[in-house]
Amino acid sequence: MSNRLLAHLGKAYLGLILFFLYAPILVMAAMSFNASEFYQLPFSFSTEWYERLWKNDEILEAAWRSVWIAVVVTVIATSLGTAASIALFRYEFPGKTVLQLLLFPPIAIPWLITGTAMLIFFFGIGLDRGTPAVIIGHVALALPYVIVVVTARLATFDRTLEEAARSLGASAWKVTMAVTVPWILPGIIAGGLFAFAVSFDQFVVSYFLSEPGDSTLPVLIYTSIRKGFTPEINAVSTIIIAVSMGIMLLAARYSNFGGEQ
Amino acid sequence: MGEVRVEHLVKTYGPARALDDVSLTFPDGGFFGLLGPSGSGKTTLLRAIAGFVAPDTGRVIIGGDPVENVPVEKREIGMVFQNYALFPNMTVAENVGFGLEVRKVSGADRARRVAEALELVQLGHLGERKPHQLSGGQRQRVAMARAIVTQPRVLLLDEPLSALDKALRVDMQIELKRIQREIGITTIFVTHDQEEALTLSDQIGILKDGRLVRHGPPRAVYDDPQDAFTARFLGEANLFNGTPEAGGLRLADGALIAGCTGSTAAVRPENIEVSLQEPDRPNKLQAHLVQQVFGGAMGTCILDWQGESLKVIGRDQDLQGLPEQGPVWLSWDSSKTIALNG
Repeated sequence: MSNRLLAHLGKAYLGLILFFLYAPILVMAAMSFNASEFYQLPFSFSTEWYERLWKNDEILEAAWRSVWIAVVVTVIATSLGTAASIALFRYEFPGKTVLQLLLFPPIAIPWLITGTAMLIFFFGIGLDRGTPAVIIGHVALALPYVIVVVTARLATFDRTLEEAARSLGASAWKVTMAVTVPWILPGIIAGGLFAFAVSFDQFVVSYFLSEPGDSTLPVLIYTSIRKGFTPEINAVSTIIIAVSMGIMLLAARYSNFGGEQ
Repeated sequence: MGEVRVEHLVKTYGPARALDDVSLTFPDGGFFGLLGPSGSGKTTLLRAIAGFVAPDTGRVIIGGDPVENVPVEKREIGMVFQNYALFPNMTVAENVGFGLEVRKVSGADRARRVAEALELVQLGHLGERKPHQLSGGQRQRVAMARAIVTQPRVLLLDEPLSALDKALRVDMQIELKRIQREIGITTIFVTHDQEEALTLSDQIGILKDGRLVRHGPPRAVYDDPQDAFTARFLGEANLFNGTPEAGGLRLADGALIAGCTGSTAAVRPENIEVSLQEPDRPNKLQAHLVQQVFGGAMGTCILDWQGESLKVIGRDQDLQGLPEQGPVWLSWDSSKTIALNG
């Protein structure tokens, strides 16, 4: 097979992947701007569904809850994850390798199973379903992502910078804040954006751990779909996708896959 | 300021002894070079003085105070790292001012001292630059300024010039010496470059396998290395093994090195004369000239003597009369024979 043919095949393959990834999203986004409630063509542009969305208190409340939970989760998971990454980078202690290895499986375990396990565990320790449980669950899901991203950035950090700062009289805290954190800041930001996305887009764990009437946006969308699909859902989904993609693009830009900024 | 002393320092990493009972005094205001091949323990010794390495046993005393239990940040040291370790997120002035900021020196006072330190290393005009905008030599100077601005009791230099190219290295050696003299700080530096050690130091210490082999003023150690390792490590040396006799050292080919008391004699390459005729001197032997290497003002002769390779360095004009190859006489003044033990 000639190289040109291979190149064309490669392009076609890439095109198909992008098509299957984005076509449904684009259709949904388009339909959120279609006046017809029943997806009828021809397309006639309307912002009616967005206006209705704006007046739908239930959805707005769920959206607001999703956002603030995601912010709280981001702050907690990023702080804990960054501290853990620095500790793993800086100190040698017994069981360190095991601990580092244990951080990865949660990323691979299906959320359905993690969610079930959390539900059982929280029930066992007497933590009721509700927002605190949701936040703890989200933090647990987001933490490995933060640690992985920050650790990748730390791998490019020159340890002698910390030694230099210490030799100049800086305490461990001062060394961390003045030298280490500025260097890994892109990683911290990327990790934080990942944490936000994990929480904001989270359905399974939120569904298991939230109380009825206290739903986050993805949970509300799910329950709404069960009652009947309206273009309002398209509208809110389009907004979520825009926000999530924006966050991921930012994360990709900041993490830069471990490279120099 | 002050004298630095280490006493019976031992540091082991598993079975390896990085420091093996090292005791040494670094005089107040002196420039002390620690020299040794890689793995000799010289860097471990420097890092033990800095506090980055905790010795298994032994003491570290800085300016009269035992510091074994004092963490790095409280030892009042200044250190220059091999890669300079400038903080990339800070300007030159912020880098230099970091130690003062940590010590809560007020803004105006800090700015003045930073300016003075940058002036001392002749970088007064570059305070606002970021480290990545500087050349290697400039970074080196910033690292120096940062290390001395807090007026530490001792300045520790870890292979400070090894990242520079040769021409710049020579300039920086002179510069380093000037700065050190100007502020009179006790300075300890580690290098594997013997020439650098000889140029800079008032005193040198030579380490091998974690042990201090020899220390003293560079000239004294160079002229009287006492053992084969030091003779070969500090400068170059031709070694002659033989049997000690009443009159000197009898070599395998029958030649006698007069007055040599040890079982091995060392002669520096620059002290040997090469001639075609047999010279009228006590210390002489016949060797085979294998190769001449032209090096500008100085030339090098590679010779074979009894299957061993010898080296002679001489002025080019003195070597011009010699053939490319062939039998020659080597001779030297008796005062240039170095007797070695073992």
